[in-house]
Amino acid sequence: MTNVLQYLEKTMTHIPNPDKPAFIGETGSMTFRQLYHQSRAIGTFLADRGVRQQPIAVFMEKSPDMIAAFLGVAYGGNYYVPVDAEMPPVRIQLILETVNPPLIICDETTQPLVEKWGLPYATQLFSGINQHPISDNTLAQIRAQAIDADPLYVVFTSGSTGIPKGVIACHRSVIDYIDSLSGVLQVGPDTVFGNQSPLYLDACLKEIYPTLKYGASAYLIPKSLFMFPVRLIEYINDNRINTICWVASALGLVAGLGALDKFTPHTLHTVAFGSEVFPIKHFNRWREALPQARFIHLYGPTEATGMSTYYEADRTFGPDESIPIGQPFVNTEIILLDDNDARPPQGEPGEICIRGTCLSLGYFGDTQRTQAAFVQNPLSPFPDIIYKTGDMGYIGPDSRLYFIARKDHQIKHMGHRIELAEIEWVASRCKDIQMACAVFDSDASRIILYYMPQNDATKAEVMTELKTNLPRYMVPHAIFPIENLPLTAGGKFDRLSLLEKYLENKKGK
Amino acid sequence: MANLLEILQEMYPDVDFATHTALIDDKVIDSFDVITLVAEISDRLDVAIPAEELIPENFNSYAALNALVDRLEDEA
Repeated sequence: MTNVLQYLEKTMTHIPNPDKPAFIGETGSMTFRQLYHQSRAIGTFLADRGVRQQPIAVFMEKSPDMIAAFLGVAYGGNYYVPVDAEMPPVRIQLILETVNPPLIICDETTQPLVEKWGLPYATQLFSGINQHPISDNTLAQIRAQAIDADPLYVVFTSGSTGIPKGVIACHRSVIDYIDSLSGVLQVGPDTVFGNQSPLYLDACLKEIYPTLKYGASAYLIPKSLFMFPVRLIEYINDNRINTICWVASALGLVAGLGALDKFTPHTLHTVAFGSEVFPIKHFNRWREALPQARFIHLYGPTEATGMSTYYEADRTFGPDESIPIGQPFVNTEIILLDDNDARPPQGEPGEICIRGTCLSLGYFGDTQRTQAAFVQNPLSPFPDIIYKTGDMGYIGPDSRLYFIARKDHQIKHMGHRIELAEIEWVASRCKDIQMACAVFDSDASRIILYYMPQNDATKAEVMTELKTNLPRYMVPHAIFPIENLPLTAGGKFDRLSLLEKYLENKKGK
Repeated sequence: MANLLEILQEMYPDVDFATHTALIDDKVIDSFDVITLVAEISDRLDVAIPAEELIPENFNSYAALNALVDRLEDEA
């Protein structure tokens, strides 16, 4: 296999009922037959426009149509750049400036936004091009020239300079990941996924491609249900969802709000969780609620395409234990390196480095940052690239890998990876803020911003500005004006003293 | 002791709670905010909101949420 579209094509040859819904969203669903037809229509449309090997932005509301657009972009021999209507316009603009797409595929909601913001890119409505006349001949020619190292997508993640970084992944890495992941999750034709991840993150690979590979189906769970856990459990049961791969905070929310005490998502048999540390008490609560289900801990950075390691958490954990991140997927190697680029002794911490076909192609248009993170394996005498995650880990006495902490100021919040420096950068560009420093109260999972105001702005005005310019998940939970931000001896913001100050004030309440 | 309005205004200093009646529908309160809000109400007002009360109708306005908190206090 050299192309992810072969998952869909193979499934179309033997699926008992091609009119089975593949993806079901809030406003509509799409069958395998429709998906196959519409994605090839879009592929032919792009070919007829002469667009090849280009980044195509897909700016749509989360829906099965958006997935058909992704596949259509791939059919045309291009790669997709998902952009979400929930992102603030500033961020969307930065992403589009970085990739400079020849075309944005929009829906009826997003097309007017592109016009309103005056973005200088051509747009095309999804409805219309999804019925473009298909040319099998054209699509076959495109496929014949494709290789598995061609990019499939670019997804953007937080950047410490304030500019989001676009991680480019190729077909080969996605195939490598999906084949391993599907084995671990034991996906089959009867799998019914309940997708939580937004479609603009690589996290959604977990539902999209195994669904295509096995002729399974995936519900795109409406985001609003995550506020109302009892309704969420009803939704799972009503739709007979049996497999979920959620960020730990989404599972934690269901347990933490007490929903499992009275209601059980009894149709679930496989629960995968990751992207951040899952509090043990919430994990144990889930296991109690679903004693028959399999629980799988996943770990991995976007740069290594989806997830890199897994651990089947098949026992109750004590409050002081941590759940291992386990062992690498097939065809992936994890190497721990200490500060001297050597393997640390057994049990000692080292930076988690990843080696294998899963490694993405790097950051779009940013050779410098790519070369800083994707480096020559110091243990290898031949050319061999590893990705340095910036995560610290150690191998436990059970020979399993454990996560310790980040090396830098990157945080995980509600499943999103966030550079505190990006929040500060955006904040410092607000007209009412001179300078700002963000800290993270990890116990409460809250982002706090201290800022030096200007123009006599009120807190409300500052907050309004922040909400306009930051993605929702980066918006601070509390903001505090401060006359002077404390600095360390080295002249950097003294995050530690600010965090202490915040925690002390909190205790005083 | 703190009151509900203070909690809300700390979390959303930019929102006018006297007039806003579509906090959920307008996405003022976002999915993961609910957990923070419920934790704050529990910590500072000593009112536990049970899972079955977590429905959009109870969170769409300050008045609705306040009524819920009052009712739960009375029941306790």
